[in-house]
Amino acid sequence: MRWRFVARRLAMLLISLLVASFVIFAAVYLAPGNPIAALSGGRSLPPSSVRILEQRYHLNAPFFGQYWYWLDNVLHGNLGISITLRENVSTLIASRIWTTAGLVLYSALLIVVFGIGMGLVAGLRPGVLDTSTVVVTAISAAIPAFVAAIVLILVFAVKLGWFPAIGNGTGLADNIRHLTLPAFALAISSLAIVARVTRASVRGEGEREHVQTAVSRGIPRRQVIRRHVLRNAAIPITTVAGITIASLIAVAAVVETAFSLNGLGAYLVQAAQSKDLAVVQGISLLLVSAFVIVNLIVDMLYSVLDPRVTLGSRAA
Amino acid sequence: MSDPAAVAALGSPGAAASAPLLEVAGLSVLLEINGAKRPVLRDVSLTVRPGEAVGLVGESGSGKSMTARAIDRLLPRRAEVTGSIRFGGEDVNQLTGAGLRRYRNKVAMIFQDPRAHTNPVRRIGDFMTEALQANLAVSAPEARRRAVDMLAQVGIDDGAKRLGQYPHQMSGGMLQRVMIAAALLTKPRLLLADEPTTALDVTTQAEVMAILDGLRREFGLAMLFITHDLDLAAAICDRTAVMYAGQIVEIRASALLHDDPLHPYTAALAAARPDIEQTAHRLRAIPGRPLSAFEAPSQECAFAPRCPYATDICRAEVPALARLDSGVSRCARAHELRGQLGGAPGG
Amino acid sequence: MSTGIPTAIEAPRFRALTSVRATGIVGIASGIILAAATFAAIFGPLLAPYDPELPNLSLAWIGPTGGHLLGFDVQGRDVLSRLLVGAQTSMLGPLVVVIVSVVTGSLLAVVAAWRRGAADAAISSGLDILFAFPGILLAVLATAVFGAGLPAAAIALSLAYMPYVARVLRGAAYRERSQPYVAALEVQGASATSICLRHLIPNMLPLIVAQATILFGYAMVDLAAISFLGLGVQPPRPDWGVMISENQTGIVQGYPLPALSAGVCIVAVVIAVNVLGERLFEQAEAGRR
Repeated sequence: MRWRFVARRLAMLLISLLVASFVIFAAVYLAPGNPIAALSGGRSLPPSSVRILEQRYHLNAPFFGQYWYWLDNVLHGNLGISITLRENVSTLIASRIWTTAGLVLYSALLIVVFGIGMGLVAGLRPGVLDTSTVVVTAISAAIPAFVAAIVLILVFAVKLGWFPAIGNGTGLADNIRHLTLPAFALAISSLAIVARVTRASVRGEGEREHVQTAVSRGIPRRQVIRRHVLRNAAIPITTVAGITIASLIAVAAVVETAFSLNGLGAYLVQAAQSKDLAVVQGISLLLVSAFVIVNLIVDMLYSVLDPRVTLGSRAA
Repeated sequence: MSDPAAVAALGSPGAAASAPLLEVAGLSVLLEINGAKRPVLRDVSLTVRPGEAVGLVGESGSGKSMTARAIDRLLPRRAEVTGSIRFGGEDVNQLTGAGLRRYRNKVAMIFQDPRAHTNPVRRIGDFMTEALQANLAVSAPEARRRAVDMLAQVGIDDGAKRLGQYPHQMSGGMLQRVMIAAALLTKPRLLLADEPTTALDVTTQAEVMAILDGLRREFGLAMLFITHDLDLAAAICDRTAVMYAGQIVEIRASALLHDDPLHPYTAALAAARPDIEQTAHRLRAIPGRPLSAFEAPSQECAFAPRCPYATDICRAEVPALARLDSGVSRCARAHELRGQLGGAPGG
Repeated sequence: MSTGIPTAIEAPRFRALTSVRATGIVGIASGIILAAATFAAIFGPLLAPYDPELPNLSLAWIGPTGGHLLGFDVQGRDVLSRLLVGAQTSMLGPLVVVIVSVVTGSLLAVVAAWRRGAADAAISSGLDILFAFPGILLAVLATAVFGAGLPAAAIALSLAYMPYVARVLRGAAYRERSQPYVAALEVQGASATSICLRHLIPNMLPLIVAQATILFGYAMVDLAAISFLGLGVQPPRPDWGVMISENQTGIVQGYPLPALSAGVCIVAVVIAVNVLGERLFEQAEAGRR
């Protein structure tokens, strides 16, 4: 029974990716002017370059044929050539991918540890800690990543000098140090949202009838909280945490730009500004794929946590 | 107000014969509703003897569920409780920790909506064996064995398979039977059944009632059976208590409740139900609507505004529970009205 | 994302802000902030004491003096004037995004709930696919193709938000559609369009408005981010997101005020909108019961 669910979700994943790739591919045609103009970013090119482009992108083939060739290339790791740097897009991506991945993972860790942690503390212990958490998270949830970035730079880089303000650094430890402020900036609003949902879920579950049943059977409080409150609250918490982590993939671009990090997001923005379409397509495809895959993992996790989803409801 | 404990012990034949299992005396509960403390139970007194089934009947808001919760210590944290609840001689409200958990194993509650009261993400097997393993140190395989046995007793034969299922894979009736089985596993001495069949459809109701009643008698358990259905309570309980607006208004042997009620409210409840053997031209509803405890007037009899027999005595002060014949009544005019209240339904 | 996740959790970003046990002060403060921002958005250019776009490098970074309450920015322009005029794009952009996505999302939700079956499956699948594109990514893609600027970004964001709106409202539309009065109207011969437009949607309006309010906050953040990246509103036009980007160098050099004041404006409006949205949600829920 579980496998059919997995298979169905995987099928949806593939369809999503296919359609997304088609949209990204078609972007070249949606641009004003002809495809050559779009691919060259409006620059004038010598005829030899034009011929190379025509050949590479099979521009004389019918539309779907072109899509097929493009897709085939993509699946073989060939994402085209950057018009500005004249290098393979795949190479350009490979050199930057670890910055972005590191940033996203670092932020995800912060969100899970601090977001869920704060939410649990606030949800399980009413009192001063709880009300202060509610207020702090209400404000933090409204702080966009780039605003958080400049505040963090101001306080921790300029005034306190604890962390560097820009750049990637060299070597693993230095990299991590350079990624710290960006990771926090990226994580702050998501962290607040996860904390609030965690708190609300824990509170909500604590008031459910089935918890009363467990209490009425004399189950010790610790066990009730662990097995009935937290276990059930884990469902919405995991879902929200998963979704917010997925959204980090896109917002990373903003943070990378603010901190001048050499990551995929910053590069995507630069390519968009210089109309280097091949690069934009390549990075977009990668980021969208990552986003869709993370969402799929969240779905899978959800179905593991909530047996009602895969098995479905049937009255015996 | 006469001694509530003594009064509550009345209303049962052979009152002095055996020590009561559960004694509720003068129980009053205040809850915080919308920021203000409101009464939900007022001066509730009743007793249940070992092996005896007592019905607790009332409309919505009468406080019957709240009474059961108070007995099982399931009230919200900020509830104010006065009066006493004694189980086997112990003061229930003073119990803590291990003592409280022991108490909870001796008193088992069966809830109204089985689906809401079972954890949807845990298997039935876990649900049933949880209490055994946590409190009675029963090993897992032994607990499962007992669970399967008990499931058979409630009419579920493929117990082993059911233990591995989730609540959403079962119908409401089956889930309620599971809940009954789970409640009986800890070998309680008192069952608190809070409208166990209200959420089920009619045919299933009859089945589940039969199982509950049968097992209760077989194991010799006492039961406090809460329902809004006066006839149902009368059918399976030895004695029945009637509640209105957070107060007990009558306690009587079930057999006498219909024909010789001691309180106008009981009479009205009984008369409101159409009799299948008679033709009624009009359903006899009680004028007005049932009041909750915090809406009820505090200086007069709570039922007076709707009572056809109300006089000035009734409006002067809140009547006390008083003994009358073999029962107990809160009607100030109970003595006078004796014999006039019951009688032919629909007539 | 699958359709297996129930509605109550589907819009976690919108419902996550459970209500703060707020005193009237928070509500009043939010109202004042929103009123001020709206006022500035409409009358900004008239209120601005100085020219927001004329650069004067000799005045760059000077702090608050005389009539310049917030000092000068990186190009020597009066910060307060830029904030006031910038309110136009900063408030109008999200408004457009919200209107477009909410209108299209509601219509899709209602059509899906009304026709059910195959139409619903088709619409839901289509929306599921749109879910693959996070808002900012779609906006970047759009600006790469159509050129940087507010219109491309706004349209892209509307497309990205539409599935969220449709998903949340679909549940409500289904609930509304199965109400007895709808069947009664159908029996009386009312057409589907008239029932949807004159009964279904008006009854869903409290929820729609609450959703739109919270969405406004997200749109504001996303659009400001895109402007911050240089792909939205183009300098020298003032816009709060652009201002943060332009004045970021000031932070490191010891002149944080220009960038911070723009940041504070954004955060204040988003908080105000969230508070208002929460209240509206509570009202919508209460009205439903």
